[in-house]
Amino acid sequence: MERVSSLAGAITEPLQAHRRLLAAATFALLGLVDILVFARFAGHSQATFALSLPDAQITVPSLHVPAAPTAYALGAVSLAAAVARAVREPSQRLRRWLIAVVLLCFVISLLCWADAGKIPLNLVNLLQSTVAFSIPLVLGALAGCLCERSGVINIAIEGQLLMGAFGSAIVASAFGTLWLGLLTGSLAGGLIGVLLAVFAIRYLVDQVILGVVLNVLASGLTGYLYDRALVPFQNTLNSPTTFPAVKVPLLGDIPILGPIFFDSTVFLYLSYALIIAVQVGLFSTRWGLRARAVGEHPVAADTVGINVLATRYRNVILGGLIAGIGGAWLTLGSVGSFGKDMSSGMGYIALAALVFGRWTPLGAVAAALLFGFTSALQSIMATLNVPIPSNILLMAPYVATIVAVAGLVGRGRAPRADGKPYVTS
Amino acid sequence: MKLELRGITKRFGSLVANDHIDLTVAPGQIHALLGENGAGKTTLMNVLYGLTRPDEGEILLDGQAREFRSPADAIGAGIGMVHQHFMLVPVFTVTENVTLGVERTRWPGLLDRRRARREVRELSQRYGLNVNPDAYVENLPVGVQQRVEIIKALLREANVLILDEPTAVLTPGETEDLFRIMRELKAGGRSIIFISHKLREVQAIADTITVIRRGSVVGQRPPTATGSELASLMVGRPVELRVHKEPARPGAVVLDADGLTVPDDQGNPAVKDLSLQVHAGEIVGIAGVQGNGQTELCEALVGLRPVGAGRLRLDGDDISRQTTRQRLAGGMGYIPEDRTEDGLVGDFPVADNIILDVYHRAPYARGIALDLGQVDSTAVSRVSEFDIRTTSVQAPTSTLSGGNQQKVILAREIGRDLRVLVASQPTRGLDVGSIEFVHRRIVEQRDQGVAVLIISSELDEIYALADRIAVMYEGRITGIRPPTVPVAELGLLMTGADGGPAGEPAGTEAPAGTEAQQLYVPQPAEQEAPPAPPGDGHD
Repeated sequence: MERVSSLAGAITEPLQAHRRLLAAATFALLGLVDILVFARFAGHSQATFALSLPDAQITVPSLHVPAAPTAYALGAVSLAAAVARAVREPSQRLRRWLIAVVLLCFVISLLCWADAGKIPLNLVNLLQSTVAFSIPLVLGALAGCLCERSGVINIAIEGQLLMGAFGSAIVASAFGTLWLGLLTGSLAGGLIGVLLAVFAIRYLVDQVILGVVLNVLASGLTGYLYDRALVPFQNTLNSPTTFPAVKVPLLGDIPILGPIFFDSTVFLYLSYALIIAVQVGLFSTRWGLRARAVGEHPVAADTVGINVLATRYRNVILGGLIAGIGGAWLTLGSVGSFGKDMSSGMGYIALAALVFGRWTPLGAVAAALLFGFTSALQSIMATLNVPIPSNILLMAPYVATIVAVAGLVGRGRAPRADGKPYVTS
Repeated sequence: MKLELRGITKRFGSLVANDHIDLTVAPGQIHALLGENGAGKTTLMNVLYGLTRPDEGEILLDGQAREFRSPADAIGAGIGMVHQHFMLVPVFTVTENVTLGVERTRWPGLLDRRRARREVRELSQRYGLNVNPDAYVENLPVGVQQRVEIIKALLREANVLILDEPTAVLTPGETEDLFRIMRELKAGGRSIIFISHKLREVQAIADTITVIRRGSVVGQRPPTATGSELASLMVGRPVELRVHKEPARPGAVVLDADGLTVPDDQGNPAVKDLSLQVHAGEIVGIAGVQGNGQTELCEALVGLRPVGAGRLRLDGDDISRQTTRQRLAGGMGYIPEDRTEDGLVGDFPVADNIILDVYHRAPYARGIALDLGQVDSTAVSRVSEFDIRTTSVQAPTSTLSGGNQQKVILAREIGRDLRVLVASQPTRGLDVGSIEFVHRRIVEQRDQGVAVLIISSELDEIYALADRIAVMYEGRITGIRPPTVPVAELGLLMTGADGGPAGEPAGTEAPAGTEAQQLYVPQPAEQEAPPAPPGDGHD
């Protein structure tokens, strides 16, 4: 990763102009898709977007828009953004806004086209599942954030999610207690965290390889046990129920926002707490300052009396515990039973969210929401019978990940000592 | 606080790094520890700071024996250290760095940034350190970073402050500032241990000078002792402090950099539109504080880093796009600044390192095989020619001393016929004997008509070798001067000032050789905090 960024850096001067044109071309391309594909094929019908759920206390009227003209207009906006981008290098803030606007135009055009002349598309529903799909990504990214901020690369988020899903399913099913299942899921993720910590910190194993190995281990172990135990004893070991959705009084009744943010399972509320805890913890407490110092310049931390290795152990294991909760969501918050390799790359997407979010908790959360949105979009598109093969739709989150990390990340900087073992002479 | 070290001994295997060292630092004293690189100064200070446990001996503070198991113990006992390589987190603010480890907190466990900032500001003001508590350390010049380190020690109420080679990274002006601060700290009753191998600085600031050679204290002198006395004490034999060389007889331009721009790792230009010509038979010295683009310039010259813009010519041929191997074949020699990292393969035998750049050519290569006999015989002759002290040419190069490792590099680079020699920090970390050797060889190359470019952050070295001095600041050459230029003028150029001849203080004329050279740090003219007159301020 370091090499890539230095390579990218070495050619920056000519790249500035290059990059500017590339960005403008991308904007223009998206704008043209808005116009030539979405607007053109939308026909003359209306797209209808519902803004409240069927059981809402206060209903908000649905939005009816003429599909084709809207897509044309949004395409024009994108083209204007492309021109603006090509003319002059804007400030960083403006650059980000332009990206956001163009992407938003693209998504709305897409929705207009997909829903043109069909049953109303429920936007609240779409965003509600965005938030839900984001939970494991958010928790995984927070786990990665804790690890990497203290200087240990965590590729094993995937394995932590999987172990969390597995452990929580079995225990919740066997004991019939969801909370015990949640706790076990967290501990199972923590167990991978312990392995990661011991081998990375104590035995100085290359952390990228180690992470991949742990993922393979988690996949193999849960897969084997699934075949041997969960399939034959499906009813006792692999049929936990799921946590019920709990609506927050008052807040949950706010139109549009209520159902999205305040009417969900305990996982969402736990995520809120953890996001705040990690953000405040890392940047406003003694523990966080020390952890970040350890991740940036462990020798300096050592010379002022901070125990580098202990700090890393603590953070890596804490990260594992958090990722394990994300794993528990897969079974206890979503599907309701364990399936082989059910994390399906979410750990890697969480890692991408961390990088995309520049190693900050809030940035990672924003990135996770973006990836969650593509997942939600994909599942809703599938129900609308759009003429796109479902396999291609399923790729959407991963394509978005690659584009985001490769193209849009820009100058994010990993903690300086990230991935470097600390050895005292 | 009175600090006493008694009989400190520290062994690393068979090497005795410290051999029964006794040292007493009186309160309010600036005590210089003078010695060559590798003499054991840093080991001794690591013992004092709790980073290393001594095998024998004890540390007494105000007469009480103390044991330091970790830096935390030493800090707790009132000992502060400013490391040679700063222990600062670049992406943290000054306040965060200073309070790291002794964080000020408020309910419910949040950082009390306001209080921390206030304390940093107070310390900064009290000692005239002039540091902005909210600045990010990575944006600060090195001199200011050093003051951040000092504040760090002061906040921990250090009574004894260890400064390990603090001037190595400073411009002459910054050194002057540092000395003023040291005097103020001294006036406040704190003791300072000043580690250095620079005679002139030690003479300028110290109350007492303790000289260490090969792990033992070999003498204690007042700062009035002459340079040659201190030097011979430090080295163990009479030292010739000047390099003998005839006036240069420059020939045609050999190396020609024209509008060179070189990006750094982040892609920002580290060398900016730099033009410089080096003639055959002359030594051009590039002076400047480290990190002003010298490294990138060197790498671009040798082909280790792509040239962003501009032209590079060798004997008139454009070599800007040539590979490193092509440039070496064209007659370029390169002594990198970090010999263990870029100059040698430590695990390789001496012989292999000596032919590392010619192994693919006759007579060393025969088809796809190496002629090991030829490699060995060449290595043996080079080892004797360059006086490389090694048990055999098959010994791993990493087992050699720094000076001998550098000789291996010299043997490789100037063992073939050169047109141009690029030498970056060619004597960094070497003992005086090796420095003499390296300097003599470099001058020899010049006299044979090679164009030599020396990059060094040691002004002494630049003065000793260069026929023309170019000063580099923020990627640009801020001036080219003859070697008779006063130090003060170079100092100005090193901070980017245009460096006209006006305003240079008297008494800073550059001399012909190091020995007679005066301090480039003028005695302070301020009225407050008068320093103790050299020689009688210590007890």
